[in-house]
Amino acid sequence: MRILIALVSGLLFGIGLTVSQMVNPQKVLSFLDVFGDWDASLLVVMGAAFSVFSLSYWLFIHNRKLSLTGSPIASSNPAPINKQLIMGAVIFGVGWGMTGLCPGPVLANLSGGDIKIVVFALVMLLGMKTSDWVKARYLQS
Amino acid sequence: MTDFTPVSGAIGGLIIGLSAVVLLLFKGRVAGLSGIIFGVFSKNLSEMSWRFAFLLGMVLGPLVAAPFGFNLPVKLDFSWPVILVAAFLVGFGTNMAGGCTSGHGICGVGRLAPRSITATLLFMGCAMLTVIIVNLLAGGGV
Repeated sequence: MRILIALVSGLLFGIGLTVSQMVNPQKVLSFLDVFGDWDASLLVVMGAAFSVFSLSYWLFIHNRKLSLTGSPIASSNPAPINKQLIMGAVIFGVGWGMTGLCPGPVLANLSGGDIKIVVFALVMLLGMKTSDWVKARYLQS
Repeated sequence: MTDFTPVSGAIGGLIIGLSAVVLLLFKGRVAGLSGIIFGVFSKNLSEMSWRFAFLLGMVLGPLVAAPFGFNLPVKLDFSWPVILVAAFLVGFGTNMAGGCTSGHGICGVGRLAPRSITATLLFMGCAMLTVIIVNLLAGGGV
């Protein structure tokens, strides 16, 4: 059952990214290029996703301890705003701005069979692994 | 460049929001892509299996949307060095920040988590700056 829920959620996410064309990095870059020929579509996508999620969260989920299948609801990370968060967000932002690709659209593009997407996914994993190593080695608090 | 597409954007965004609601309400987990992708390599079978199912859905989603006329971009026209550097920075940064556009940007901001609001403003701002700098270097003019 829980596997099915995850599959359905993933399917919806992939469909949503495709319908909204956020799978197209050019569309994302046109949003990020605020001084160019600006395309505000990404803002509409995030606004719509935010509205549905936020409304549902505060109405139905916020006061629950357990999900509908009995597993605990993950809480927000209790850590303060720290160096790791700031550094990570800045580094991610630079990488995102180079191509317009972030982790979700990379996954959703895999079935397109473009070798550059496959390599992007693999190198992205290497970056994640490296960050994990750096955190364990140098940033233990 | 690209055209403003508010209708398909709103519909797609609603579906993405619904996806995150389904995962949190029924499974108790946050739909954060960077975390799910990295966590799929967990040695714990139940931690691995739901993430694998979610990612499988993500990969298959566009194929479900295709018959309705929604397609993936045909080809990426970025050079290999740009792909390699960007991919590494995206992986490193999202792992270090504990989230990306979905986990921080939609779920975290939706829950009004201060960490996520901070991260989202930062990565959006830095991405916009990067685009401006890349355009200047490419001689495109601002």
